[in-house]
Amino acid sequence: MTKVTMTVNGKTVSKEVEGRTLLSAMLREQLNLTGTHIGCDTSQCGACVVHVNGEAVKSCTMFAAEADGAEVKTIEGMANADGSLSTIQAAFQEHHGLQCGFCTPGMVMSAAALLKDNPKPSEAEVREYLEGNLCRCTGYHNIVKAIMAASGQDVPAVAAE
Amino acid sequence: MYDFDIERPSRIADAVKLMSDSTDAQPLGGGQTLIPTLKQRLASPERLVSMAGIDEMVGICKDDAGRLCIGGATTHAAVAADGSYPGLSGLAARIGDPAVRNRGTIGGSLANNDPAACYPAAALGSGATIVTNKREIAADDYFRGMFDTALEEGEIITEVKFPIPEVSHYAKFVQPASRFALVGVFVAKFADGVRVAVTGASESGVHRWSAAEEALSRSFSAGSIGSLEAPSADGLITDLHGTGAYRAHLVKVMTGRAVAAAS
Repeated sequence: MTKVTMTVNGKTVSKEVEGRTLLSAMLREQLNLTGTHIGCDTSQCGACVVHVNGEAVKSCTMFAAEADGAEVKTIEGMANADGSLSTIQAAFQEHHGLQCGFCTPGMVMSAAALLKDNPKPSEAEVREYLEGNLCRCTGYHNIVKAIMAASGQDVPAVAAE
Repeated sequence: MYDFDIERPSRIADAVKLMSDSTDAQPLGGGQTLIPTLKQRLASPERLVSMAGIDEMVGICKDDAGRLCIGGATTHAAVAADGSYPGLSGLAARIGDPAVRNRGTIGGSLANNDPAACYPAAALGSGATIVTNKREIAADDYFRGMFDTALEEGEIITEVKFPIPEVSHYAKFVQPASRFALVGVFVAKFADGVRVAVTGASESGVHRWSAAEEALSRSFSAGSIGSLEAPSADGLITDLHGTGAYRAHLVKVMTGRAVAAAS
């Protein structure tokens, strides 16, 4: 067992983990942050996306030990300080960017990473960026709309496919 | 996954020692292939030595010969963002997806040498030099076949040196589900000739297409490829995604597209 210490959603945490403990497992099972979902567990679906030192990563494909010393942000850390939904979360609600909601934490974390680097993405850039986030309900269209809206762009301009 | 110890050295020398101290240690790059492999219990090392904390293996610079030198633990995202070798950055920008590119590393990809990976095509197509903790290996001598390289047990890729061509491009025909290359072709035009490297197609992994190199060295145009015969389908991969003959055809098509798009 190895002791790891990291900052998760602004709080310093220390846990004993095995070498094989995945970051996703530590977040869910040791820190009870179950908003980070395990969909495929094979780094395809993106439901487990969190930010490590500001970058989107698939937490099911990173060892907890490798996040020692890192700053980690999960979906639980996305709301505003007063508990209200962040701009991206509110846009997903407003534009019906989720149905069953399973993929939503990963979608929101990927969207936040995209908008940090590219505040006004084109629709094509949004779709390209979401290549590693699978949704089996929405057909993506309302997710793309929500992210365009969250970036302050005109949503009706997004063409239907 | 079977359990193992994980070590995070901060210097190459420490990583080499941690590798040699164990009878069954494996280097860990970004883990984007190795972790899924461990989950399937296809590998069971007793120790993983992570390269991620070795600062001297992260980063991109140019050497006195004008080569782009990329640390072995540099992520695909960092190479994609660099831009000083556009053909290489364009290739890195289309590996996997954004989250995978934030973890996956060039050293890990080249050490694994997946027959459908993108980086081997860039390294072979550029005539790059693979630098390890022991020696420098020319790309032409490095790739030995599917998942096989010149690396010895415990040897670590610390850096990769790329000569920067006049123009280059990587044309990738993706397998729609995995997004790996069904066929990918890297074309690089240097002052002294053209190199063409093909990934995804062959049972022996990445390789050069010499007929295309000769034709393009005489005249660098998509037309030079159009008048060539497609390479032989012998030894090309046949699977449920396509036959060897289909891949042979794709090699020609993607080479033409790479030449047309080279900049």
